[in-house]
Amino acid sequence: MNTFRAIVVRDMRLALRNSGGTMWVWLFYLLTITLFPLAVGPESETLSQISGGVIWVAALLAALLSLDRLFQADHEDGSLELLALAPIPLELVVLAKVMAHWITTGLPLAILAPLMGMLLSMHPSGFPVLVLALALGTPVLSLIGAIGAALTVGVRRGGVLLSLLVVPLYVPTLIFGTLAVDSAIGELTSRPHLMLLTAVLLGSVTLAPWAAAAALRLNLE
Amino acid sequence: MNFTGRNLTCVRGGRIVFEGLDFDVAEGTSLLLRGPNGSGKSSLLRMAAGFLAPEDGTFGWSNDVPDRGIHSQHIAYVGHLDAVKSAFSVAENLQFWIRIGGGEESASLNALEAMGIGHLADLPAGFLSAGQRRRLNLARLAASTAPLWLLDEPTVSLDEEAVAQLMQLLRHHISSGGLAMIATHTDLPLKPTPLLML
Repeated sequence: MNTFRAIVVRDMRLALRNSGGTMWVWLFYLLTITLFPLAVGPESETLSQISGGVIWVAALLAALLSLDRLFQADHEDGSLELLALAPIPLELVVLAKVMAHWITTGLPLAILAPLMGMLLSMHPSGFPVLVLALALGTPVLSLIGAIGAALTVGVRRGGVLLSLLVVPLYVPTLIFGTLAVDSAIGELTSRPHLMLLTAVLLGSVTLAPWAAAAALRLNLE
Repeated sequence: MNFTGRNLTCVRGGRIVFEGLDFDVAEGTSLLLRGPNGSGKSSLLRMAAGFLAPEDGTFGWSNDVPDRGIHSQHIAYVGHLDAVKSAFSVAENLQFWIRIGGGEESASLNALEAMGIGHLADLPAGFLSAGQRRRLNLARLAASTAPLWLLDEPTVSLDEEAVAQLMQLLRHHISSGGLAMIATHTDLPLKPTPLLML
């Protein structure tokens, strides 16, 4: 357990210290969203209709942007080999790194979401569900992304390949997440969508670390 | 406790690097791996560490094949890369690896002193020279409790003083019953050691 915590703490410190590595992700999220009022026009009616989807897509792209370094930095400097020799299974090493990734990218995106909602004149009744849906959905983005990041760890400029691999797998999360927010704004129940999101999250937690660890082992050979 | 390899075959990229290789490392001894470039010294060490699956053959501790999880705790591996994070200070880098291995963090300063970089403990590791980075990587050994050291050309970019410090660590490790496999091209000032020619 100590080993697990040590990896989480180390990755969080690296993310926050590396000349604001994750700060760029938050900024990218903000910038993408501010482009929409400029492009779509300032009519609050149109904007609020698409706000849920826009925030989800921006969060998804921001997460994607930060994924290619998840294992690559450790692979390049040899840390990954030493982590593979840690006294915990590689699956748990992956889970620790994913957790640190989520805390430094996904979670802040969820917390910032109401602010983004205001920029898009989203109806405030959608805010709680928006934050909840993102809090359930962003870990899925990190978990599934970890599989892609592990598969492309040895590939130079693997970012594009990573996106191609991972984006199709993000679709269910995106659909349920957006539906949850839209139904909350439309004063419908968002419960079923949130439950489906939770199901996707539980499925990813149990499967993604194994898949990612298997891919990393191949890359260590 | 002896570490043995039996009938090992290594295939890289469809080419047989070595086959039918046997070796024994007894408690309190080290084994030097010698051979030209590409003869499979690094591959053998990576196999022993469990990164690379042998095409054929087995590794074992006193002929008892351990499972991967237990085996990895018996190993301290130093490869070609130094696993140094530029954003962390020298001490933080080492402390992380000690923590991962379940050791005492307080051992870090002594370990850095043992490799002659104690005075750099607070310096961001990004400012280290190649030799100093290697010293930092090797300092992990001083804090390690693993019985088997796998060293892949550990003296690369080290100066004479650092080589002497490394030999000091090695001698202490071996005299206290440790094992070591060392791939090297240079003559290390160790007392007569078995050689494995690849």
